[in-house]
Amino acid sequence: MSRKIFLGAAIAALSIHPLNASAASDADLQAIREQIQQLKQSYEQRIAQLEQRLQQAEVSGKRAESSAAQAQAAAQQASRPAASGEDAFNPAISLILGGTYGQLRQDPAIPPTGFAMAAHMPPDQGLGLGESELAISANIDPHFRGTATMALDPAGGVSVENAYIEGLALGNGLNFKAGRFFSGLGYLNEQHAHAWDFVDQPLVYRALWGNQLGEDGLQLRWLAPTETFVEIGGELVRGRGFPGTDRAKNGAGAGMLFAHVGDDIGIEHSWQAGASLHQTRRVDAQSDAVPDLLGTAGGVSNLFSGDSRTAGLDFVWKYAPNGNVKESYFKLQGEYFRRRESGMLTYDIAAANVTDSYAVTQSGWYLQGVYQFMPHWRAGLRYDRLDPGVAAVGALNAGNVIGNYAFNPVRTSLMVDYSPSEFSRLRLQMARDQSRQGLTDNQLFLQYVMSLGAHGAHSY
Amino acid sequence: MRKILYALSLLLLAGNSHAALNVFACEPEWAALAQQLAGDRASIYTATGALQDPHRVEARPSLIARARRADLVICTGAELETAWLPVVLRESGNGEVQPGRSGYFEAAQYVTMLEVPARLDRAEGDVHAAGNPHIQTDARNFLPIAEALGQRMIQLDPGNAAFYRQRLDAFGQQWRAALAKWEQRAVPLRNVPVVVQHKGFPYLSNWLGLKEVAALEPKPGMEPSAAHLAQVLETLKRQPAKMVLRAAYQNARPSEWMAQRADINAVTLPYTVGGTPQATDLYALFDDTIRRLLDGLK
Repeated sequence: MSRKIFLGAAIAALSIHPLNASAASDADLQAIREQIQQLKQSYEQRIAQLEQRLQQAEVSGKRAESSAAQAQAAAQQASRPAASGEDAFNPAISLILGGTYGQLRQDPAIPPTGFAMAAHMPPDQGLGLGESELAISANIDPHFRGTATMALDPAGGVSVENAYIEGLALGNGLNFKAGRFFSGLGYLNEQHAHAWDFVDQPLVYRALWGNQLGEDGLQLRWLAPTETFVEIGGELVRGRGFPGTDRAKNGAGAGMLFAHVGDDIGIEHSWQAGASLHQTRRVDAQSDAVPDLLGTAGGVSNLFSGDSRTAGLDFVWKYAPNGNVKESYFKLQGEYFRRRESGMLTYDIAAANVTDSYAVTQSGWYLQGVYQFMPHWRAGLRYDRLDPGVAAVGALNAGNVIGNYAFNPVRTSLMVDYSPSEFSRLRLQMARDQSRQGLTDNQLFLQYVMSLGAHGAHSY
Repeated sequence: MRKILYALSLLLLAGNSHAALNVFACEPEWAALAQQLAGDRASIYTATGALQDPHRVEARPSLIARARRADLVICTGAELETAWLPVVLRESGNGEVQPGRSGYFEAAQYVTMLEVPARLDRAEGDVHAAGNPHIQTDARNFLPIAEALGQRMIQLDPGNAAFYRQRLDAFGQQWRAALAKWEQRAVPLRNVPVVVQHKGFPYLSNWLGLKEVAALEPKPGMEPSAAHLAQVLETLKRQPAKMVLRAAYQNARPSEWMAQRADINAVTLPYTVGGTPQATDLYALFDDTIRRLLDGLK
């Protein structure tokens, strides 16, 4: 301010100075007028400047108001009790408690017809501790995030279900995982058991992936910079999960490629579709209790070594009135997998021990719909079907190994579940299982799934 | 149908793909605020519709794809989006919008939170450790949030700093004028007893002086049970309320049931931009909210 006053005074002094020099004349008068004019202009300028400053002061005053509010909010944050030193960085811990009751008419140990050499994951009979698991996750530093999930086995042991690190800041749509994780193939494979819509997995997952393919290795995914969701990914893994055969060797034991696309249609519909490829080399994969043409009591044990290639397609479509999934929604999903295995089969390793070529293409699919008809209540229907295929059996084993079962395992499941809150769910499921020729099984399951502690977000 | 079309048109607000700033707004109110502050310099995508429960959104592929391209993610925070946003951000593979980075903006950090629970226990229902997250129902909260958001936009897009500054000042002036108008109009609402369906209105009540006497949800986030509704009805006999409030995204049945039994007005509030056909922008949101509340007095 003082500089402006000084400036004004200087102008005034300058303008007065000529008056002292000589007497008034026309020219002088003219000069005086000009000088007065200048003075006037200079004052007008100053007034305008002052007005502007006043305005600025008003605005900054208002800003001060809002920054005072911010300060208040900050003070509020500061006043919250700070976590004490040691546990301040504790990771998010969540515990899933699950229990099932299964009432079955047939022996669950008998595998679906034609799939005795595939994985067999029978449902639990009677009262049992279902999927209980402990999950721990946290950001490790600005670059990595770590997650571990320990499954608590009903028999008493603890197994490592997931233990992996993820990149946080790769950018450019890149994500990676390293460690033990559920493979990104298909739609259901990555979902943990507590998020399943039915008590058990579809038959095709049970037979072709041992319920769920968990692997040790590396996963890299890339999300395209498009408005439509387009993701491609690949995995190089040990091959510990079925159909891989876990063994010590350099390099990778199995490889996966998958792609997903998805989008919304308006705010009520959303969908995702995907395709997956899986390849592994099976070495000395042993299957026990395999039925043979000779009708050996209790079956025989076979060994298979060869290539296994699987291709899959998956889709899911969800609809929610007004997009409000809390009120009601409908979800339709289906997946199809087809596996080609070819190599050498050793028949009856305990006795005959005959080795010859063996190739078969097996496939399966399921289609399921789940409808939340009112808040907290859902009902679902699922249809499963498997095709054991017709095997090309080498001449030496043509009289031993069953090549054509001429039977398609099917199953229909119906479930109703009630979720008192987001963290608890009670389920009733009934199934008519015709996956074993001549052994129709009417099954009843009761289940609870509860989660306590931190509960992370679920994926789509 | 009209509601759906309207929500759709909101989602399509963002057409310009060559804009400087790609904004991913978790809720419609933040999309509307970003629109006020950035005008045509931003392309804005709204992740949730006004008729969706913002607690319960799915991490849909479309959200992940949009987050992948975002320069700025604007969300309420305070755990409102905890069921879906963490997955969306992680899967997006976009390092710039992760929590803690300048591309991630949480509105709740700039306002005074209410109902911060003294006891964190899921037996209390869907409680949020940071306090009640429904901060957008108090119009005053938009001033500090706008200021912080404007600063963030300047930080992310310094080339347009003067533009954002000017829009921010203009918004501040207009908003203050509107606040004075709303508060003037809402004078009759002071100390009016109300019932709420979900504990979603503490900020609105705090602003306008409404008195919440009961909630229809027994615990936050849990559906009103018949037993609890009967209990609330009993409370209302002793302590009558003028109206029962619900947000547009919530089921109408519980509040209508209560309105009928207790012979009070059921008032549906837009809750966010697009919640009612009248709530077309931030100003209209509060115009409509106050108009509906005043109608509820009759």
